[in-house]
Amino acid sequence: MSEQYQARIPIYPRSVKGRFRNLKWAVLALAYGVFFLLPWLRWERAFGPDQAVLFDIPGRRFYLFDLLVHPQDIFWLAAVLIILALLLFMVTGLAGRVFCGYFCFQTLWTDVFMAIERAIQGDRGARMRLDRSGWTAGRLLKKGATHAVWLGVAFLTGLTFTLYWADAPALAAAFFTGQAPFAAYATTGLLTLTTWLLAGVLREQVCTYMCPYARFQSVMFDRDTLIISYDRDRGEGTAGRATLRGGGRDLAARREGGVGDCIDCDYCVQVCPVGIDIRDGLQYQCIHCALCVDACDAVMDRLKWPRGLVRYTSEHALAGQRTRLLKPKTLGYGVPLLLITLLLAWGVAHQAPLDASVSQVRQPLFVRLSDGSIQNSYEIKVNNKTQYPMTLEVRVSGLDGAVLDMGRIEQVTLMPEHRTTLLARVRYQAPPGAARQQALVFELVPVMPEGLDPVLVGSQFILR
Amino acid sequence: MNEPGHEQQSAPGKPGEVETTGHVWDGDLREYNNPLPRWWLWSFYATVVFSLIYWLLYPAWPIAGTYTKGVAWINYEVEGEPQRSHWNSRALLLRDMQTGDAAVRQREFLQVIAEADHDTVLSDTDMLAFVNSYARGIFGDFCAACHQTGGAGIIGLYPNLADDNWHWGGTIQAIEQTITRGRMGYMPPYRETFDDQQADAVAAYVLSLAGHEGGDPEQVSLGGAIFQGYEGGCYACHGREGLGLKSQGAPNLTNDIWQNIDVTGAQSHAERQALVRDLILRGVQREMPAFGDRLSPAEIRVLATYVHQLGGGL
Repeated sequence: MSEQYQARIPIYPRSVKGRFRNLKWAVLALAYGVFFLLPWLRWERAFGPDQAVLFDIPGRRFYLFDLLVHPQDIFWLAAVLIILALLLFMVTGLAGRVFCGYFCFQTLWTDVFMAIERAIQGDRGARMRLDRSGWTAGRLLKKGATHAVWLGVAFLTGLTFTLYWADAPALAAAFFTGQAPFAAYATTGLLTLTTWLLAGVLREQVCTYMCPYARFQSVMFDRDTLIISYDRDRGEGTAGRATLRGGGRDLAARREGGVGDCIDCDYCVQVCPVGIDIRDGLQYQCIHCALCVDACDAVMDRLKWPRGLVRYTSEHALAGQRTRLLKPKTLGYGVPLLLITLLLAWGVAHQAPLDASVSQVRQPLFVRLSDGSIQNSYEIKVNNKTQYPMTLEVRVSGLDGAVLDMGRIEQVTLMPEHRTTLLARVRYQAPPGAARQQALVFELVPVMPEGLDPVLVGSQFILR
Repeated sequence: MNEPGHEQQSAPGKPGEVETTGHVWDGDLREYNNPLPRWWLWSFYATVVFSLIYWLLYPAWPIAGTYTKGVAWINYEVEGEPQRSHWNSRALLLRDMQTGDAAVRQREFLQVIAEADHDTVLSDTDMLAFVNSYARGIFGDFCAACHQTGGAGIIGLYPNLADDNWHWGGTIQAIEQTITRGRMGYMPPYRETFDDQQADAVAAYVLSLAGHEGGDPEQVSLGGAIFQGYEGGCYACHGREGLGLKSQGAPNLTNDIWQNIDVTGAQSHAERQALVRDLILRGVQREMPAFGDRLSPAEIRVLATYVHQLGGGL
């Protein structure tokens, strides 16, 4: 009987240098720069906080530079999510798991955690020796130091995430003096724990066992998709791969004898962060990080053989055919992506400065007054979405002779980002034979500042 | 079906081949061995431990008529009295409603409104918005059972608060007084005083006051004499012009608003006259209970402001 539950097979990725590694470091530097510095960026606003990016949950407002997002703009979120999904599908269909390999938080943070591990414990060989050795003081010290630095990075990650939800300098100060709200400590603590756990301990298991995107992205692959692949024909030849000792150092002689270009140095396997052998073909574990490409290129460069034994290619290209990038799938993802992006841009550019809704009071729908006229009541909700105070007047039109009664409220002044509810009564002396239901329009006319369009909201007037 | 046989476990040979468990059915069906990762097992154990701790802390298992209450507790206040009970969401809600941030802010703003004068409240959109939202709840709890949600009332039973016609006055002060002390509305029955002819005549006169044409002029003039004279004495409460008297809760008869009888719904003048006559003969006796002992002065204040705004008018 075999094991019911499998212990993790430890992976000791070896370090590698190369163009894709450099690109990944650049992406990482950019991502970390944005993530860690953005909450500290100040921004001048006429009203509201002076933080460039702030997600104010209690105030129900998101501040994104000069853009102010209200709960009513929830459709933007839907658009952003659709855009991200389509973008992921399209890029994956074209170039494989680019997101996984270069941009995913799991990959970025694991990269940093591995770099820390390497700096403290040494490269692959040293780490393997360390793990095989007994629990010496040196091993304890190195392992302890690694986890301590990991927890430090994890804590900074958690704290930075928390800073997006409140004024960063104030919250940071409150955090270290024990004055911050419980939610801040809970969020930071939870993210510290999960960052340490996911990037330090679990690593590739997150991609292989937990992440749904990792699994369904392969559905978007086709034979034209760029994948990282071993050129089997070149690597294996007709007589299979052979080490330098077995097959010789001379490329021409090797090819003559049918020996493949792969010298079986295992460098591509040793650098792999998910512990697979790329020469076994496309595998679901592969996150397309391209480090095996760097590894193989480095070896080929040293031998002065042509690069590209492991490279970005497609199944069609490997079979000697042309790789088509413009395929129906690209258009199918690209056109909706473009449309939704335009729609979102239009929506953001045409954000209404004033939101208003009118709902008729339904209990009672109408009431007869002592002078014989009929009164209907309405609840008007107005929301000033701008960053300056606004003064409004409410008027009714569309029903001749209808009189608006707002009590003593003549003008409504709304502070920036402020909303209120008004009770409006409309009286109407109906001519004999008038229809039971009359149309009516409420006009919310901004009088200060001038130049804003009035908001018209249609409603109805019930006579009996 | 054959019993599962056993053979040597197979280890993967070529790439892509999967290890088997060694179970064989029907001679050739083999079970792949794709073992769960061990951390998954640990996660499962962790959830078991979590649920054990949860059962210990919080209400969990039903036992006959009761349940395990757990050792976690919650402190809260009910009307200033400290209470302590095992943790439960009802106590949590009570605590939030007493001491939660929103509850405290609500109480503070309620106090601001209760201390402001009526003019200030009626001219301030934020205060009015609070009043309308806060008092709607009180109205629903204490008033809507009779006056109906929105205050439309029921003809013959409970007065309409959504129109501009007020028996006892529609100023906020008058409404506050109505709510605090309650009201007794009384019109004596004229069964013993009037004969049918007199009652018909007064009914015709009253309808003419409200602007209903079509009454017999002789009846109207006779009715007017009774109304204004010693015989009926109606003017004592309803006034010489029939405008009513708010201190007595006597309604204005000159408008076409009828709280006790459905005059506007009647089809003919004769029907209307019959409705009014019957009312005169049987009289009216109504009571609104006092709420001064059930609602705080601040609550009565916002409730009165809300009711005042429902229909407008004084």
